[in-house]
Amino acid sequence: MSLLNGRRVAVIAGCRTPFCKAGTVLKEARAVDLARYAARELLERTNLSPGAVNEVIFGQVVPSALVPNIAREVSLLPQFPKEIPAFSVNRACASANQAITAAHDQIALGHADVILAGGAESLSDIPILASRRLADILVTASKARTLGARIATFAKIRLRDLIPVAPAIAEPSTGESMGQSAETMAKQNHISREEQDRWALRSHQMAAQGTADGRLTDEIAPWLPVRPGVDIVAKDNGIRIDSSLEQMAQLRPVFDRRYGTVTAANASPLTDGASAVLLMSEDAARAHGYEPLAYIRSYAVAAVDPGWQLLQAPVWAVPKALERAGIEWKDLGLIEIHEAFASQVLSNLQGFAAKGWEINEAIINVMGGSIAIGHPFGATGGRLVTTLANEMRRRNVQFGLISVCAQGGMASAVVLERR
Amino acid sequence: MPSITWDVRDGIAVVTLNKTDSPVNVISQSVKDEVYAMLTALERDARVRAVAFFSGKKDNFIAGADIEEFVTLKTAAEAEQLSRDGQAMLDRVAAFPKPIAVGIHGSCLGGGLEFALACHYRVATDHPKTQLGLPEIQLGILPGAGGCQRLPRLIGARAALDIILAGKSERAPKAFRLGLVDELVPPAILQDITIAAAKRLADRGPMRRKRQGGLLGLLLDGNPIGRLLVFRAARKQVLAQTKGNYPAPLAALEAVRHGLGHGLQAGLQREAQLFGQLAVSDVSRKLVQIFFATTALKKDRGAADAPPPVEVKRLAIVGTGFMGAGIAGTAVVQAGVDVRMKDADLPRVAKGIATARAIVDERLTRRRLTKFEHARLVALLSGGADYAGFGAAELVIEAVFEELTVKQQVLKECEAALPASAVFATNTSTIPIARIAEAARRPEQVIGMHFFSPVARMPLLEVIPSSRTAPQAISTAVAFGRRMGKTAIVVKDTPGFWVNRILGPYMNEAAHLLLSGVGPADIDRAMVQFGFPVGPITLLDEVGLDVAQHAGEVLQTAFGERLAPPAALAALVKDGRLGRKAEKGFFVYTKGKKGGVDEAIYPLLGVQPNGGIPSAEIVQRLTCAMLNEAARAVGEGVVRSPRDGDIGAIFGFGFPPFRGGPLRYLDDLGADRVYADLQRLAERLGARFAPCEVIVEQARARTRFYS
Repeated sequence: MSLLNGRRVAVIAGCRTPFCKAGTVLKEARAVDLARYAARELLERTNLSPGAVNEVIFGQVVPSALVPNIAREVSLLPQFPKEIPAFSVNRACASANQAITAAHDQIALGHADVILAGGAESLSDIPILASRRLADILVTASKARTLGARIATFAKIRLRDLIPVAPAIAEPSTGESMGQSAETMAKQNHISREEQDRWALRSHQMAAQGTADGRLTDEIAPWLPVRPGVDIVAKDNGIRIDSSLEQMAQLRPVFDRRYGTVTAANASPLTDGASAVLLMSEDAARAHGYEPLAYIRSYAVAAVDPGWQLLQAPVWAVPKALERAGIEWKDLGLIEIHEAFASQVLSNLQGFAAKGWEINEAIINVMGGSIAIGHPFGATGGRLVTTLANEMRRRNVQFGLISVCAQGGMASAVVLERR
Repeated sequence: MPSITWDVRDGIAVVTLNKTDSPVNVISQSVKDEVYAMLTALERDARVRAVAFFSGKKDNFIAGADIEEFVTLKTAAEAEQLSRDGQAMLDRVAAFPKPIAVGIHGSCLGGGLEFALACHYRVATDHPKTQLGLPEIQLGILPGAGGCQRLPRLIGARAALDIILAGKSERAPKAFRLGLVDELVPPAILQDITIAAAKRLADRGPMRRKRQGGLLGLLLDGNPIGRLLVFRAARKQVLAQTKGNYPAPLAALEAVRHGLGHGLQAGLQREAQLFGQLAVSDVSRKLVQIFFATTALKKDRGAADAPPPVEVKRLAIVGTGFMGAGIAGTAVVQAGVDVRMKDADLPRVAKGIATARAIVDERLTRRRLTKFEHARLVALLSGGADYAGFGAAELVIEAVFEELTVKQQVLKECEAALPASAVFATNTSTIPIARIAEAARRPEQVIGMHFFSPVARMPLLEVIPSSRTAPQAISTAVAFGRRMGKTAIVVKDTPGFWVNRILGPYMNEAAHLLLSGVGPADIDRAMVQFGFPVGPITLLDEVGLDVAQHAGEVLQTAFGERLAPPAALAALVKDGRLGRKAEKGFFVYTKGKKGGVDEAIYPLLGVQPNGGIPSAEIVQRLTCAMLNEAARAVGEGVVRSPRDGDIGAIFGFGFPPFRGGPLRYLDDLGADRVYADLQRLAERLGARFAPCEVIVEQARARTRFYS
């Protein structure tokens, strides 16, 4: 039994869009389009009566200024009654985890019976900002009373004010980019380039296998283009079936050209995609006639100083989640670790090993990870829950773990149980 | 209980029309009496300075004049008097010493709009249900209560003729742009703003309106020479569209022209006179009968004692070709249902969704939808290569390849995925429903829904129950067809059903004519002049010769030599002349545009085009072939009533509406005459013309389809 308080929460099903490298086949879709697509397909696959949904919760890390609450746009799909409340969350790369665990809490508390949770990100469609000076001028001009005053305000615009500002993937508190942090972790934990490349290769190989045998593609709702002549996307487009260590070795490090080890090959790519997971109270699942894939046994979050090892918080979140679950590391039959960078995965594993936990790679990321599949920030947690729950059913595994590191020095860990 | 009530608030009489014993407001004799009584009372009432007039019905202002009163008219003089009475009442309204403002929400049509036009100020809600129009032309008459006079005076001759001659309704925003209404407001403040307008008119006197249409309006509408051009162009357009078969548009044109040339009173007089002539004309009678038939069909559940239909919230479609996609797109646009499409592979599904989406997109392009409505509707379309989502569907329509085993396979797969209560409809034109249902575990849930292509445009749906179909499956299919904007007739599960059955001998006869050396263009011209929207040869090209050939074979197999298509047509199919879709048929096609007759067909058919035969003979052969088969099919009970048969022919392939449908036409010609014609044709051309038993019997007993 779960040691969490309240009602038991079941994972009924999950699905996602294909995960595709930013700027490629999904580039014309906005994050909200991807989120709605995943949610709608989940409805189709489960034949769920849309009116049964009590709440929609979605995660997104870089929201569009035009769609600030993406979850509400999902709950306003025409399939749903318009009366389903919805909120969006941001716990950086663990945002979908946060959406799912928030859903868990609402159900456990008895505030809801059925919740659709998930996440979405389009890194093809990131908000590009106007320069601060241009923004100031536009605001002033909008307040101008006369045409003359308006023209006078506009006259202050200089050419350099027109240069747009793109958001950077860097820590606001330290200015360090995520890649630099991964580089720091590789150095501090003495993780070699070869080890990183090997992990990345493993990720691709496992993902390619999961794609070939249909375990991964079963989770994917093929993306059907709205315009004729555009290709259908039925699988993730970052997975390389033919990469080799030799090829990877040729790449130059990105963040530290001289002594660095982090390359484009052993890091997760910028990705577009969305995921959705259907959660229900145990009673609701029974009442609607669903056989749950798994139950949420426990979860925990943790944070570390971003200036230290930015992506090492899982080493604190996982023990907490295991303790709350009342189980031990060795009880886990499957583990999904989010792969922001190979150096981060190997650092996390090193941290786990330091606790005396035995690392059994055979049960870790058995269908590859974010390095191969891609990492739409807000969506990854939904993919992990879906993949883990499905694989736990296939292998009849009792306990499974999800570990996700996140920007800001944070981490989220979730323990699922099969029965 | 009076229909018109009012109370006086602060100098304004706030009047409500809420016709008793009627779901909508119509202007009947009793309403007219009450209007007079109201005007008399309000004129005398010293407290009243102005009037604000509203409807008490939901989403309906005034739907028009009472059509039931109209059909009892016997003579032109009676009808003219009815028109004069209406005009007199509205003259009284227009000349009322206290200003009258109307607040319009919902349909404001025909006599309702004429009433609004006679008032002094019009406020309309910006709600989509608010539609203004003069649909009289569709009933073969003209707006006879001053509409032909007041509308052109208000919005100019061009815009007025657009509305009057097409008989179409405009949404309120368009009506506002045209100057038809003075203000456009949200429904919540309609009453307040209308009352305020009435007050304003009382305080400041009548308002002056600007001429509509800017410079072009001045040049064309504002002077006699410009108007001459407008009338000439309109007349030309009317003649091109009606081929002279419909007198009403020309009469309306004359009423407008006369009024603008000779003044309001002379115009009203001419309008009433023309109304009188039209109202008792045969064409108008036929159009009114069609109107009543379609109205009755809208209330018909499709089977005696059928339970209420199941409400379809989610429609599943198997087969995402042109037909399936057309059904999907139309269902989304018209019924707003959630649509899940399925086909064998994703590329087909994607293509189907794109085709369906184009139907929704077209509504956006034509501004029938806002971009937000459009976004909502396209989000209703989805699909996959499996049966995901079918478990929540109330209705599935399959439109897969026209082959029994394929359709039965799809039926079995669907039954496994669908809830037990779901209806399985098959869109077939040639396979008996009972045969398909043989594969069913739940044959009572299996039914035929025969749509016509292109689905978005063709208004008819044939619903075909098999002998085992449950009544609620029938009512569900009929009701959903209606939500898709179709007129649904329930027909018997016999080969060709109704439409293709009676079209078969007509098309065959066209082919016989071709083979006797009559030119395709001559045949088409004769039938278009008869009143068909396109001739049979063009129709063959549009439908596809292969499709027509297959349909012909089915009929031949079922009914023998009588319905055998001439063998020579097969040569054209073999030559790849499949019609428009192949850009190669009887006519030449260049970049999708139809040109003249393709001379290459003559050697293929083995004929020399000769001088041809008179149009009248072409018409007689083609119509006799159809009438004979139609009468026979009615005798077999293929349609439930002559009404359904006529509506099916009019909406299915455009049998001339002014002739009332094939069975009305047969009644008009007289069974004895048709019998004699058929006998003569049979002697000359063969047994295919042998009169059927129904006609023989009718000719003998002097009976008719309609009493």
